[in-house]
Amino acid sequence: MADIRSNFVGIKSPNPFWLASAPPTDKAYNVERAFKEGWGGVVWKTLGEEGPPIVNVNGPRYGAIWGADRRLLGLNNIELITDRDLYLNLREIKQVKKNWPDRALVVSLMVPCEEDAWKAILPLVEETEADGIELNFGCPHGMSERGMGSAVGQVPEYVEMVVRWCKQYTRMPVITKLTPNITDVRKPARAAHAGGTDAVSLINTINSITAVDLDNFAPEPTIDGKGSHGGYCGPAVKPIALNMVAEIARDPETRGLPISGIGGVTTWRDAAEFLALGAGNVQVCTAAMTYGFKIVQEMIEGLKNWMDAKGHASLDDIIGRATPNVTDWQYLNLNYVTKAKIDQDLCIKCGRCHIACEDTSHQAITAVVDGARRFEVIEEECVGCNLCVNVCPVEGCIDMVPLSAGAVDRRTGKVVEAEYANWTMHPNNPMKVAAE
Amino acid sequence: MADRQHEDGIIAGRLSPDAYAQNFADLHPPLDEHEARVEADRCYFCYDAPCMHACPTSIDIPLFIRQIATGNPLGSAKTIFDQNILGGMCARVCPTETLCEEACVREHAEGKPVQIGRLQRYATDAAMGEGKQFYSRAAPTGRRIAVVGAGPAGLACAHRLAMHGHDVTVYEARPKAGGLNEYGIAAYKTPENFAQAEVDYVTAIGGIAVEHDKALGRDLSLSGLAAEFDAVFLAMGLGGVNALQAEGEEAEGVENAVDYIATLRQAQDMAQLSIGRRVVVIGGGMTAIDAAVQARLLGAEEVTICYRRGREHMNASEWEQDLAASKGVIIRHWLQPKRVIAEGGKVRAIEVEYTALSDGRLTGTGETLTLKADQVFKAIGQTFEPAALNGSGEGLALDRGRIKVDAEGRTSLPKVWAGGDCIAGGDDLTVSAVAQGRDAAESIHRALEE
Repeated sequence: MADIRSNFVGIKSPNPFWLASAPPTDKAYNVERAFKEGWGGVVWKTLGEEGPPIVNVNGPRYGAIWGADRRLLGLNNIELITDRDLYLNLREIKQVKKNWPDRALVVSLMVPCEEDAWKAILPLVEETEADGIELNFGCPHGMSERGMGSAVGQVPEYVEMVVRWCKQYTRMPVITKLTPNITDVRKPARAAHAGGTDAVSLINTINSITAVDLDNFAPEPTIDGKGSHGGYCGPAVKPIALNMVAEIARDPETRGLPISGIGGVTTWRDAAEFLALGAGNVQVCTAAMTYGFKIVQEMIEGLKNWMDAKGHASLDDIIGRATPNVTDWQYLNLNYVTKAKIDQDLCIKCGRCHIACEDTSHQAITAVVDGARRFEVIEEECVGCNLCVNVCPVEGCIDMVPLSAGAVDRRTGKVVEAEYANWTMHPNNPMKVAAE
Repeated sequence: MADRQHEDGIIAGRLSPDAYAQNFADLHPPLDEHEARVEADRCYFCYDAPCMHACPTSIDIPLFIRQIATGNPLGSAKTIFDQNILGGMCARVCPTETLCEEACVREHAEGKPVQIGRLQRYATDAAMGEGKQFYSRAAPTGRRIAVVGAGPAGLACAHRLAMHGHDVTVYEARPKAGGLNEYGIAAYKTPENFAQAEVDYVTAIGGIAVEHDKALGRDLSLSGLAAEFDAVFLAMGLGGVNALQAEGEEAEGVENAVDYIATLRQAQDMAQLSIGRRVVVIGGGMTAIDAAVQARLLGAEEVTICYRRGREHMNASEWEQDLAASKGVIIRHWLQPKRVIAEGGKVRAIEVEYTALSDGRLTGTGETLTLKADQVFKAIGQTFEPAALNGSGEGLALDRGRIKVDAEGRTSLPKVWAGGDCIAGGDDLTVSAVAQGRDAAESIHRALEE
């Protein structure tokens, strides 16, 4: 049986599934329920500085988009950091950690961008014997307007500065949580690294308006006729998160920096993908908020079963295994030629491949053959784009089949070459540096 | 518990009032909004969708389902009505399992097609429920057209003609419009007087006058109509019923299934309807099923369908056969009627003979079987009665006993079109009648414009 125990920057947990800092981790009641269901760790919902409690809106905090059968695909929220008393949170954190010593308990923090503010809160957290802290440089709403959250995360210099303070004033491991609301996520990652962070976690939520109420012309979620951008999360953001994780994992300046992967993790498979791209563990929120804490059981068993089936003994066997395969477009092999192939036995004749190709692509799929409804690839036209695979409702019905070296690509009439050749070597590339 | 279920003879009130209400409630309750959205989400929006091709009226099914999925039921209804103004009834009575839903790619993929019929009902109910009319009449053309028969073909034709600005007079032999929608079709498929609601919805466009109790050959003649109107559309359906060709079929208790169903459809109180304790239905089509199922629902203890060929030859769809079986109807194959056994002029039993195919011909084997019965329904097909056309001067050409038409519905006589069950080559489906009425209207419109 695969060993999925996790050791992330020295923080141990029985599995790599943590709950992200968010509404599900706001108090002991929820966190204890999560641990009972098997979650490996939690990042406690962000604590702010001592003072009057944070005020939340009293109308809707969440908006969503749905797929078929109202399957929740994306969630956005305008909730702020914890609105409970600082000391109540700290007492609960201490008690929960005592009750669950084998689980990871990390505390998320967000205080003003002033050294004294950080200096004041860090010892309070340390006293709880929590395993580490996560710096919330990501929340895109409310707090950012007060100079915190993503307002810090969007300025690499501030990121580095705050990380440095934290490393100076606490012995606890520091995880820096990054905002995706930035052009190049590598910049704040590098800054955090320079400041001495133990790890980065990403992505925080994305600025978003989920919908517009067309009766009132108000953005959703609507508070008395008005709406504000909220943080977008859930399955819909996973591709963005995967890319950002990979960008940091393969960046020479941050290579080896531990990453906690966040963004739309819903199943064991999602988690495995994050790990493969270089994340040391994953954090989950929307899936739990959609289905409850029990989903972790599927994640744990699913990950183990897959690892067993593939012969991966521990997480170290899979973490970062896909990172070297993430490259820049210019290095992709232009001599790799594929053609779509439709399995006629699996084809249900919906014709979506045909119309997608006919209307929007390369006119490479028939609709009628010898007078009968039949969808076949016209190899002379097929550029191997994969659109038909993506729109086909039957998994495995259409395959992209690589042409072997020596075969003739009937579209170009050229013989497929065995050698790897990319854009940097291509004669059409004006930037190509002649070898001779 | 009904107290009269085990009483011999043809009697009324076999069941409790609650049982009647339950038995004749909507066979498929309407989908609610959530169910409709979930079902609509299953549609793949196929290219050149097979379901559309399988629909005799060629409704753009993927489009109307997408409109439901996107929360636009009225737009969806219009997509349906554009092709089929009787889309509400067709949603209820079409044998979708042999039309659109059989062609659905999900039927192919997983044996569970998108429930197109029920989605169509959802959309059309939404529009009809709020009396939403999508069509207005073109400027008056001054042309007048006579439509004979206010059934599906006649109504569809009248609506399309009215839309084009023509004035239509519909002559209907019966007291109510709707044809088989009103007098045929099982009650549980179209409860709550839907047929009349639909007639009102269709005729609300204006320019359609319905004259009742006017039968061709009795009150009207084809030559008279052709002389008086700019065009005539014949859609009077089938008037005759095939004979059993069994000895003793004149006995009391031997009835035409279509007549019985018509009586049932007009009944205000099912408890007033008499039904036998043991009922035998002869036939293998939809009418046989409808008569047999409703006999059971009225409280008949034992209902047996005898069909002279095998299960695979039955005109009733597999789904209809299963429905009958689920209601406790026994379907027996390879049996043909031979002799009705009466006592005191009343049916007591029917003697049937086993059949077999030899060299492609159906023959009796000589072996017989006697089934106790106090009521026998004949459901062995209806025939066109050309006598009604007598007096029309020139003869109207027939084909296999029904009116001969071309692809547009033109008969052999100028100015005369025909559609629905009375034409040759039809499949006796409501939806086909609608398509023929609609297409004939377009053909008439084109001819009048010339």
